[in-house]
Amino acid sequence: MTREEIIEKGQVVYKKPTLLNDTPMHYCPGCSHGVVHKLVSEVIEEMGMTDKTIAISPVGCAVFAYKYIDVDWQEAAHGRAPALASATKRLWPDRLVFTYQGDGDLACIGTAETIHALNRAENITIIFINNAIYGMTGGQMAPTTLLGMKTATCPYGREVSLHGYPLKVTEIAATLDGTCYVTRQAVHTVAAINRAKKAIRKAFEYSMQGKGSNLVEIVSTCNSGWKMSPEKANKWMEENMFAFYHLGDLKDTGADK
Amino acid sequence: MKGNEAIAHAAIRCGCDGYFGYPITPQSEVLETLAAEKPWETTGMVVLQAESEVSSINMVYGGASTGKRVMTSSSSPGVSLMQEGISYMAGAELPALIVDVMRGGPGLGTIQPSQSDYFQACKGGGHGDYHLIVLAPASVQEMADFVDLAFTLAFRYRNPAMILADGAIGQMMEKVVLPPFKPRRTEEEIIKECPWATTGRVGGRKPNIITSLELRSEEMEIINNRIQAKYREIEDKEVRFEEYLLDDAEYAIVAFGSAARIAKKSIEIARSQGIKVGLLRPITLWPFPTREVRKLAGKVKGILSLEINAGQMVEDIRLAVEGKVPVRHFGRLGGIIPDPDEVVDALKRLF
Repeated sequence: MTREEIIEKGQVVYKKPTLLNDTPMHYCPGCSHGVVHKLVSEVIEEMGMTDKTIAISPVGCAVFAYKYIDVDWQEAAHGRAPALASATKRLWPDRLVFTYQGDGDLACIGTAETIHALNRAENITIIFINNAIYGMTGGQMAPTTLLGMKTATCPYGREVSLHGYPLKVTEIAATLDGTCYVTRQAVHTVAAINRAKKAIRKAFEYSMQGKGSNLVEIVSTCNSGWKMSPEKANKWMEENMFAFYHLGDLKDTGADK
Repeated sequence: MKGNEAIAHAAIRCGCDGYFGYPITPQSEVLETLAAEKPWETTGMVVLQAESEVSSINMVYGGASTGKRVMTSSSSPGVSLMQEGISYMAGAELPALIVDVMRGGPGLGTIQPSQSDYFQACKGGGHGDYHLIVLAPASVQEMADFVDLAFTLAFRYRNPAMILADGAIGQMMEKVVLPPFKPRRTEEEIIKECPWATTGRVGGRKPNIITSLELRSEEMEIINNRIQAKYREIEDKEVRFEEYLLDDAEYAIVAFGSAARIAKKSIEIARSQGIKVGLLRPITLWPFPTREVRKLAGKVKGILSLEINAGQMVEDIRLAVEGKVPVRHFGRLGGIIPDPDEVVDALKRLF
């Protein structure tokens, strides 16, 4: 008996998007990546862009994004995804091209590629997962690590005198003439997930309308790296991350262009 | 025209889809010529000045992942920055063209010509077991001709190819017959020719993934072995070289690129003095003409490796010769091009 036969007609109230395949995800329980993967898959499907999407995965926890979402993927070197996306979009202008990057990849080693791709007004979208830590390598300090936050490479807490300040790349992106839509979202509640999905959809649509570059930051948890239960991590994020990384649209010039 | 300009014109004419580069002396004319020619208005070729060589090579990585004919050019310090992307492309088995118009090093070095990046070009350069297909032009004509050849080889083997020139070849002006116009492939042709490319899941096919990553050691060894088998096939089929006055030669010079031009003049001078010397010019530096050098070792009394560096290709010559005859090196450093007379003196002194 197939899954379709088991589920009676009209009984489905919720299902996984078809683009999200059955490969078991390697993400830790409680991680935000799974939710964002689902949203990205849903939006591509709803836009009817399955056969026209070229995605670029980063180095970091989402390196294997290509195993889970059934579109064409290029796996970039650490931080270089926006360079791959720039060339790909220019060579295939009618394709939906986006990168999916974490804070270490985007805000640290790939700062140059990120800022310049955004400011060249490349018609791409950058999905930016900011969990303030290097997850894949085992919880080291990221450029977005909050002051006082403890990681494997700032075990006594991030200090300005030793490590400088956390970087707000999204605020920088909003000042760039090349960007069209810059927003900061989260996926910790149903309402937040719905808002994040709308943001991703808007960004993808603007990129297809040739309105310039788009950055969707998702403030996320890394309960493994933060050494908290998923529930506690969500709470900690609301109290600490949102106080520094304010949620909401920072820029939206899509209607003017 | 200049060698660098010939590269640009040949790229437009051979159906190149995209050029991504960053200015650096002595090769900036490639990007300048492309910008002046505006091929995006004629052939539809994309030309983009990147924010760094790191970015330009990764643009090439992205473009090559979609099956397009894409290229970059740079000079030694810039090519050092590109090594990461080149290694990824070799690992992901992507066809692309990298032009290196060498200048002297190490470090910022000099802007004068040099051949001191032979090792970097031929022995991997970046991390991991890999090779580029390396073509060494010795004239402006070959700068033009090797663009299409490099793309052809790159796509035949799904491997990045490099044109390894030097500042002299890049900057010198010579008459050149440009190749005839070849149209860029249509998207349909690319999708058919490159079923592996990330073009979007056209026709609902399975997703294509371009990656150099495989965490399972057993799988990674299989991939490595497949790539190595490809390299053996390239070594078997794609060696290119030129022979000059070797029939009666008692001594041989092995030299590539601008050093080979100097060698020809030196041979003329030496022969006028009764020294029978000829030239073997590797055109492909990788694959290296190992068999041809080995054959040479059975015929001549000694081999001089003439390079504008401190002695790099000489190691490959010695590996080929296996001690049968003396192999010596002569070169100048710091961006100085050897004088034909001092090469003749070196021949007399070293043998």
